[in-house]
Amino acid sequence: MNNLNHIALFGCAVTLSLLPTGCSTVAQYSTMAGEAAGVITSDQAASINRTAVAAEKTVQDITPEQEHYIGRSVAATVLATYKPYDQAALNQYLTVLGQTLAQYSDKPETFGGYHFLVIETDEINAFAAPGGLILVSRGLLRCCRSEDALAAVLAHEIGHVEKQHGLNAIKRGRLTSALTIFAVEAGKNLVGENLAEVTKAFEGSITDISSTLMNSGYSRSLENDADAAAVQILTRSGYNPQALVDMLTEMKTRLASDTRGFGKTHPSPDVRIQHVNGLIGSQPAAVAPAGRQQRFDAMLAVIR
Amino acid sequence: MTKLSVTFICAFCLAAAVRAETMRVQVQNGQVRSTPSFLGQVVTSVPYGQAVETTGAQGPWQQVRTADGKTGWMHSSALTTKRITAQSNGAAVSTGASGNELALAGKGFNADVEAKFKADHAEIDFTWVDKMAKMNATPEQIKGFVKAGGLTQNGGAQ
Repeated sequence: MNNLNHIALFGCAVTLSLLPTGCSTVAQYSTMAGEAAGVITSDQAASINRTAVAAEKTVQDITPEQEHYIGRSVAATVLATYKPYDQAALNQYLTVLGQTLAQYSDKPETFGGYHFLVIETDEINAFAAPGGLILVSRGLLRCCRSEDALAAVLAHEIGHVEKQHGLNAIKRGRLTSALTIFAVEAGKNLVGENLAEVTKAFEGSITDISSTLMNSGYSRSLENDADAAAVQILTRSGYNPQALVDMLTEMKTRLASDTRGFGKTHPSPDVRIQHVNGLIGSQPAAVAPAGRQQRFDAMLAVIR
Repeated sequence: MTKLSVTFICAFCLAAAVRAETMRVQVQNGQVRSTPSFLGQVVTSVPYGQAVETTGAQGPWQQVRTADGKTGWMHSSALTTKRITAQSNGAAVSTGASGNELALAGKGFNADVEAKFKADHAEIDFTWVDKMAKMNATPEQIKGFVKAGGLTQNGGAQ
């Protein structure tokens, strides 16, 4: 490579650091000049252009449709470990409650919508796959003493979906090659090496998210974000946001002797309680009609 | 102010106004409602990637006109200003525009990639994921649930 191209690439690197969205254009002009001068081949030019596009790719470039497909595979992966709880009436109740709550979130609509399912385990746990597939354990349902408490659990999971926390669990660099192929090969059907590379990135992304959900958990800061979204949803919808604190207090007692599930993947309930109390302030609690508690008790009788 | 700069500013404003009028549906089945509310009757549906013209707004709701001339309201979370291009007849779409803005409907991580993932992981069963996707509450059920539970009746108004 001659000095001219060194200068062109260095120029791109500087432009990239200052104006990250403008670099592909600079690179394209640079490579066009290089090709015209006969100092680089078209293959080399394509490679440089790919690198420039790749540097710009982030999780933000995942489209809602792609998020939907990632979420489906994450949910299927979680369901390979946790068996679905096949109780139609209970799942329908969870669906009506969850889809109602989602309407009060900042993101009531996702590509495929929000969907809810109980999983048959006594672990206290819940999982939110990207796009809105939310799984809640029977053990967690047993911690809930009111519909408001269950609403708090679902609102927290909707918060994770709304803030796209799942996608942020994908390791840095994992998507670079795949998103670059999408950008450079846009309009073509993926075949051969490209399809293999994209599938590899897809599998890796599913592993990153599933492993975060089931093993390592999100950071305290992301849990706080989901709690803040939950308080907002509960307040807007007319549920008592204090139910989130009550729920965390109940979990604290139950988790003392259980290091599985939430206990393993979530920050200490004490820290979260303090944060949530700060968000709620001294809002007066709405009075719940008797019918709310009655329908909750009737629906959850099956798991008591 | 010179005539040239006034012309420039007018052109800029016009361009901004025109750009704000076209949005694209970013959900699988974009629902256009008769009123700015999830309780509003669904007038028509617009698929992912299709453009709608926005003609007004009320809170998070956008008043829209579809390509076939129907009007109604869509929640802003179902819309994006990014370019999502529905591919027609398998024709290649130019990537001359910024790669950041161009997203092809049906491309990328899609049903084909999911099919390959399934084929490679026989132990992962999608039966319940497919069942979940069909589990829905009807607008009437939500309306009744909100009323009977003494909840606030303005979902989607925020």
